[in-house]
Amino acid sequence: MTDPVVSDRIKQDVTDNPVVLYMKGTPVFPQCGFSAAVVQILTHLGVKFKGIDVLADPALRQGIKDFSSWPTVPQLYVKGEFVGGCDIVREMFESGELKDLLQTKGVTTRAA
Amino acid sequence: MAIDAGTIERLIKEGLPDALVTIEDLRGDGDHYAAHVVSAAFKGKTRVQQHQLVYQALRGRMGNELHALALQTSLPED
Repeated sequence: MTDPVVSDRIKQDVTDNPVVLYMKGTPVFPQCGFSAAVVQILTHLGVKFKGIDVLADPALRQGIKDFSSWPTVPQLYVKGEFVGGCDIVREMFESGELKDLLQTKGVTTRAA
Repeated sequence: MAIDAGTIERLIKEGLPDALVTIEDLRGDGDHYAAHVVSAAFKGKTRVQQHQLVYQALRGRMGNELHALALQTSLPED
């Protein structure tokens, strides 16, 4: 079971920040290839996002998996909604759906 | 820690009996796989929900024994 304090903090973070990436490492220094791939996609789209390092906090590392019912990290949230992990983000990026989703949700992306 | 491709396929098919499962061992190390799963159970579900169905079938192995499973899901073609 996740500590309610952890799930409250996740709820707060994904509400306060339009785009949040739960990842291993930091956006500047990702510590896992899957996290790095999502950082690269978001950077490519010119999206401002908050990266949260789950390796820095064991309670969060488990907590985010419980919160999203998703077994792996990275996890991308846009406007409080769980979008997916690395595979889904990559698939949506390649099809253009990710950019559409961000724009629909009012997130600024770099003009093409 | 490694898990073989046959086990992954069997678990997915136990959870999703109609599934067509294609598994590729990306590095030949029994630790990095790509799976494509085709099932009618995905109908009307979001990608997140489709992947969750596969993860449920893997019963907690994903993220533990199974470190890397690149997953792609789709509906059967008519």
